[in-house]
Amino acid sequence: MLKLIDKILDSIQALGNASLGRLQALGRAGVFLLSSLMWGGPGSAGFGDLVKQIYSIGVRSLSIIIVAGFFVGMVLGLQGYTILSDFGSEAALGTMVSLTLLRELGPVVTALLFAGRAGSALTAEIGLMKATEQISAMEMMGVDPLKRIITPRLWAGFISMPILALLFSLVGIWGGAYVGINMLGVDEGAYWGNMQASVEFYDDIIKGLIKSLVFGLVVTWIAVYQGFDSIPTSEGISKATTQTVVVASLAVLGLDFVLTAIMLGSI
Amino acid sequence: MSSEEAFVSIRGMSFSRGNRLIFNNIDLDIPRGKVTAIMGPSGTGKTTLLRLIGGQILPDVGTIEVDGHNVPTLKRTQLFELRKKSMGMLFQSGALFTDLSVFDNVAFPIRLHSDLPESMVRDLVLMKLEAVGLRGARDLMPAELSGGMARRVALARSVALDPEMILYDEPFTGLDPISLGITVKLIKSLNDALSLTSVLVTHDVEEACTIADYVCLLSEGGVIGFDTPENLIENGSEQVRQFMQGKPDGPVPFHFPANDFSEDLLKGVK
Ligand SMILES: Nc1ncnc2c1ncn2[C@@H]1O[C@H](COP(=O)(O)OP(=O)(O)O)[C@@H](O)[C@H]1O
Ligand SMILES: [Mg+2]
Repeated sequence: MLKLIDKILDSIQALGNASLGRLQALGRAGVFLLSSLMWGGPGSAGFGDLVKQIYSIGVRSLSIIIVAGFFVGMVLGLQGYTILSDFGSEAALGTMVSLTLLRELGPVVTALLFAGRAGSALTAEIGLMKATEQISAMEMMGVDPLKRIITPRLWAGFISMPILALLFSLVGIWGGAYVGINMLGVDEGAYWGNMQASVEFYDDIIKGLIKSLVFGLVVTWIAVYQGFDSIPTSEGISKATTQTVVVASLAVLGLDFVLTAIMLGSI
Repeated sequence: MSSEEAFVSIRGMSFSRGNRLIFNNIDLDIPRGKVTAIMGPSGTGKTTLLRLIGGQILPDVGTIEVDGHNVPTLKRTQLFELRKKSMGMLFQSGALFTDLSVFDNVAFPIRLHSDLPESMVRDLVLMKLEAVGLRGARDLMPAELSGGMARRVALARSVALDPEMILYDEPFTGLDPISLGITVKLIKSLNDALSLTSVLVTHDVEEACTIADYVCLLSEGGVIGFDTPENLIENGSEQVRQFMQGKPDGPVPFHFPANDFSEDLLKGVK
């Protein structure tokens, strides 16, 4: 009996310890984010550096985003047509494809791909900088690594994500049109016309962009923090990289629910 | 020694990692304008001492004054200001920025900390690179350098801002004899020409004796000797002489703390 109580107490203690650890990590990550952003604008390390980061984070994610967007759009076209044609409303295919992409799939799938493509690369890059003492060297030169390394990357992620998500949606809508119009015979005028009539600038496009901005900040934040906080060994870096993809993907999906609920006004 | 002004002055400093006490209440003065070699068996905390002086880690207790500023109590901005003005550090691995060319690596601190026009930056960088014999390698990337070359570039970078003190972490390990000779001469001439304070972590007794004005011997959490190399070799205690003459047997332990070896073997697999 006493043994059982001991065991229960032990597990409660372990739980408490683990939660404290998590909370501490969250606090550290929060301070990290604030102090990086406190260095101010996107150009705090020079605009040249920002452009370089946007290139390596954003531009080099373009191909995967465009190809994925096209496939997702085509699948939406196929599935949407099958469902809608049961009700004789294939003409609404354009509406369905575009709203799905602009409101949900564009921001969310882009963020997930971004976490895998750019997030993991960021973590590994910064982790390696730490392991090879580049970050220490910078500190010893009296240069703040948060300002030089972290701030431009955070801004680059924040700026790139909405643009990538918008491109994803555009290519997806085009993919849906390709399947619907050219392969399944939906009326071209109906596809584009219904889409134009139903997509609202604020309710659909802007709200989607707001989601992307949030995802951009959160995914990049997780990625750079994991790199900066990693244990500077090959094992530590590989763990941090995995951690980035897992945590960032879950954060995106969870936040998507919260943001959608707020935007639809149901919370 | 007492006649000389200390550039770094450590008092009552202790530092531990986990439950291993790495420094136990040490006092140490590093004189201004001299080359001081820090020596001791590997794992005694030589690198740790440099990091403590540079303010990258904080001691448990005690003061570490650099040029009159107590490093552990400085605010972040003050610490960065002090490092910018007074300290350069050469890391064991070189720690070059892998995404910048040799030229840009050396130019990095100059560009960030001065408003010099690009033509002046260029002249300065080429001067520093010429001094380490790598002016011709300016367009190479760090991945294209050998270990010794990378170390020399890192050396050029750490003197780029003409600091008052340079901390060298094992600058001689892994260098070929020529690079080694160059590095030894370079450290000595930098020290004399710019009246730098140099702190040099090394294993190399012979090299240390040729260029160091003072040798500080660390072992088991404390300073076991601080004097000119000649005095240490001649008059040091038994453990000091053991180290300076490189004898494996003696009072200085070669082993990382562990329980009895035969006991360990007999325990078998658990
Ligand atoms: N990041 C660290 N975490 C835990 N222990 C460390 C760390 N760095 C060094 N140590 C320990 O501190 C001791 C001193 O290390 P160091 O200063 O690197 O020795 P050295 O004199 O060879 O340069 C070593 O015993 C090492 O095990
Ligand atoms: Mg060391």
